[in-house]
Amino acid sequence: MDSTNARRFGSGLVLVLLLTVPFLMLYLGKAFWLDIFTRLVILAIAASSLSLLLSVAGLPSFGHAAYLGLGAYAVGIPVYFATYGGADWLASYNGWWHLVLTISVCGLFALVTGAISLRTRGVHFIMITMAFSQMIFYLLVSLEEFGGDDGLSVDLRSEFLGLDKRFGFNIEEPWIFYLLCYGVLLVVLFIVSRLRHSHFGRVLAAAKQNETRVRALGVNPYGYRLFAFVIAGIIGGVAGFLYANFSYFVSPGMVEWTRSGELMFMIILGGASSIFGPVVGAACFVLLEHVLSRITLFWHLPFGLLLLGVVLFGRGGVIGLLKRERDT
Amino acid sequence: MDWTLVLTQALNGLQLGILLFLLCAGLTLTFGIMDLINLSHASFYMIGAFLCAGATLHFDSFLVGVLIGLAGTAVLAFIVEKSIISKLYKRDHLDQLLATFGLILIADTGVHLVWGPAGMAIPLPDVLQGQTSVGSLVVPTYRLVIIGTGFLIAIGLYWLVNKTRTGMLIRAGASNRQMLNTLGVNVQVLFSAVFIIGAVLAGLGGLLIAPITEASIGMGNDIIITAFVVIIIGGIGSIKGAFVAAMLIGFIDTFGRAFLDTIFALFMSVDVAETAAPAVSAILVYVLMAIILVWRPQGLFPPKLR
Amino acid sequence: MKKTIALSAALTCACALPLAANAADIKIGFVTTLTTGGAVIGNDMRDAVNLAVEQLDSKMGGKSFEILFEDDGFKPEIGKQVTEKLIKEDNVDIVAGYIWSNVLMASYKSVTRADKVIISANAGPSAIAGKLCNENFFSTSWQNNQTPMAMGELLNARGVKSLYMMAPNYAAGKDMVAGVERSFKGEFVGKDLTKWGADAQLDFSAELAKAKASGADGLAVFYPGKAGGAFIQQYQQAGLNGVLPLYTIFTIDSLSLPKLQEANMDGIVGSEMSSFWAPDLDVPANKAFVAAFKEKYGRYPSHYGAQSYDAINLIASAADALGGDFSDTAKVREALKKADFDSIRGDFEFGNNHMPIQNFYARKIVADENGDWTTSITKTVLENHQDVFAAECKL
Repeated sequence: MDSTNARRFGSGLVLVLLLTVPFLMLYLGKAFWLDIFTRLVILAIAASSLSLLLSVAGLPSFGHAAYLGLGAYAVGIPVYFATYGGADWLASYNGWWHLVLTISVCGLFALVTGAISLRTRGVHFIMITMAFSQMIFYLLVSLEEFGGDDGLSVDLRSEFLGLDKRFGFNIEEPWIFYLLCYGVLLVVLFIVSRLRHSHFGRVLAAAKQNETRVRALGVNPYGYRLFAFVIAGIIGGVAGFLYANFSYFVSPGMVEWTRSGELMFMIILGGASSIFGPVVGAACFVLLEHVLSRITLFWHLPFGLLLLGVVLFGRGGVIGLLKRERDT
Repeated sequence: MDWTLVLTQALNGLQLGILLFLLCAGLTLTFGIMDLINLSHASFYMIGAFLCAGATLHFDSFLVGVLIGLAGTAVLAFIVEKSIISKLYKRDHLDQLLATFGLILIADTGVHLVWGPAGMAIPLPDVLQGQTSVGSLVVPTYRLVIIGTGFLIAIGLYWLVNKTRTGMLIRAGASNRQMLNTLGVNVQVLFSAVFIIGAVLAGLGGLLIAPITEASIGMGNDIIITAFVVIIIGGIGSIKGAFVAAMLIGFIDTFGRAFLDTIFALFMSVDVAETAAPAVSAILVYVLMAIILVWRPQGLFPPKLR
Repeated sequence: MKKTIALSAALTCACALPLAANAADIKIGFVTTLTTGGAVIGNDMRDAVNLAVEQLDSKMGGKSFEILFEDDGFKPEIGKQVTEKLIKEDNVDIVAGYIWSNVLMASYKSVTRADKVIISANAGPSAIAGKLCNENFFSTSWQNNQTPMAMGELLNARGVKSLYMMAPNYAAGKDMVAGVERSFKGEFVGKDLTKWGADAQLDFSAELAKAKASGADGLAVFYPGKAGGAFIQQYQQAGLNGVLPLYTIFTIDSLSLPKLQEANMDGIVGSEMSSFWAPDLDVPANKAFVAAFKEKYGRYPSHYGAQSYDAINLIASAADALGGDFSDTAKVREALKKADFDSIRGDFEFGNNHMPIQNFYARKIVADENGDWTTSITKTVLENHQDVFAAECKL
């Protein structure tokens, strides 16, 4: 089997497993596994969006969790008002409205902070993106009306008017919600893959390798990077939108700097070079967390050792390991 | 305005600044010289505090506790540098972030397993327990000890960096890493030394604050992000920058917490002011960093010839 | 390629791993904090629960039972996650525990949505006692406002006219402040809500300086867990002993006293607090509990432990009434509502919102016959007190 075919097979296998295993578990009466897989798929979406910055454009954003938080509150706040009254212009259970809010808020935030952050390089970029996400964190903490530190319970999932009535598409049903997330993941993977192989993606990759040369060719990568930053932000926001619907709960904890670090870890764990790397990484991360935390209360210890091990010895992540075997 | 209160707050700001400086001195040097982002610096801060607490309670002497805390931190730093950190110097920043984050998880769990989750209080000797009057101001003696120690360390570091041969190498490394290799310096030894000094200073910071806040798991993780803000503002690799920025952040944070609600209450309801003020004072620090990064990406005092 | 398959196989196995069936007839989930600094409280609750299990000989209502402990990691979202797991994967009959109000608020719907009963062994936020009260929610502790209301009465009785108050900035912290405000007749000269959560503020120097400058007659604080110890150290170092009398709510307890004694914080001996319980509360069930706890663990239990012990015995009383059959939630509710067991607080009954109607006492820090510091009841402050939010509850 040559390498392209092997890759196709591997990618296909991941997608098939994601579609079959949770339903198999559901059939076996293990309803909780549907929850775990939903979380897994949502985090895979977030990690994929970050990989557009990290792997394609070489921009190590350390504040990606901010978009998860913004997207989540774009669901939480309108639902809160719809449940308890107030702010009629904002209040709604309508999922399309939540989605519009998510995309516009995250897009705008990414545009503004990206325009500023992209003026810096390297470690300064890491730090300034972290600073912006910390600002969002403290902003959410100070939103007294929406629970502040304690977070906000979301009473009902978003309603998709039109779809739910006509096709019985009610995302309160866990397996329908899972299929929705799975569908979004497919779309996101498609977008990332198209962007990667387009003119746009090649400019980003070239600028990552050698910025001076790209500039010498008369191309200013700034605009391209900003565009990537905004796209990644919006997709990250969509992941947050799904997360709020999934957990019926939003809190500033979603924006802690460790969350941004976890997203990065998923990409490194899965392998930065492949489109499916973030998906595999998110899968390993969520399953490891679940399995380790059942085995021992002190699961942070093996988890930390693993982090260390992957960074020190496992260059290229899990996908890289697979590839290395093929190369030899 | 109550001036005694302002003065007391100024002392508190100074104390926070000193602690940040102790943490940042090592951070900025390892960053400047070895190009290493070391989140696990936070763990040395915590471990220094726990070692000191354990030893103080065991030997019933704060002084012995401090000495054992510092020595233990140094030994641990040596082991960690040799076994793990030295392999990270040539890696990119992302790998360093993740690996040292892993170290934090290991250290936090390790401390939980050794000392339990409760955290530890450190009893102070009677000499340090009391109050000292400075003019009309009455302050806890121990706070003055912290501030005094911090200034001594700052002067010591200044002397070490500017007047000694080691210091010359450190400065050379911070401004131009290649030069060290060309000069035929034993880079490994220098790196180890800088890392251990940094870790011990972090441990010192931790064990100095522990009699006030208690030693607790993850105590360094709260402050490490602020410490990074400090070294970015001060300029990576600059001791002077770290000192000035640490003081700046210490004052902004303390005064923000103390007076922002009063200021806000002038133009909004008291309740809103009381909840908004802590959040805004926490954001101030990051806003400052963002402005500095855009206006002067190299920080306030970048090492020369970079 | 082989590795791809191996990996997939490994993942599948990982999914299948926790399939081992549990043997016990009745399963009780217990969510508390077992890692981070909050684990001090969680461990005490777990110890008390294990004592209750031992005394019941792992049987209630003639059936075997087991407790599944889960760690909330001090975070609402983790607490919610483990609650979901208990309900969906472990299929527990009842969920109990919950130290933190914010964790409870994030989690309780996961239980009530599955039409199971949730028993809070500590947290008692105002929302769940009032507007959002739920027929499936019970408490073996108190509503957050009750203890501070007792504090307000205690302050009135001690002649405090002006008060400075400090609490962490989260649901319970705000409830505590509101509770004191409700019953305290004097004037508030200042209050501070400090940062809470995983990176809680532990240096209170700025706030203490403000409190000192305010010229208040008394300082009332609420700092549970490790923050309490840190606060006391700084109170003493700031020289406020005898200058600004300290009144505490859930700040000093059997968990912090040994540590404070070891660190010679003798300034706090004699300071007062309000509580529904103390180790020396003169009730036979309590005397037996404290003695057994001291015997097994060699220390005093805290009120957290006492409440958790009550929670398990409350569940056992329902199991006895139902013959160990928890399948009909309506019957479980009915049985729990009777509160037909020997509580460590003596007789009590549930109000319409399923919060206990109970006495509150003033208690004082004293040294016991062995010289160990503990708390002792000095007077009854509130008798058969029901929380004020019960009126907002439609049950």
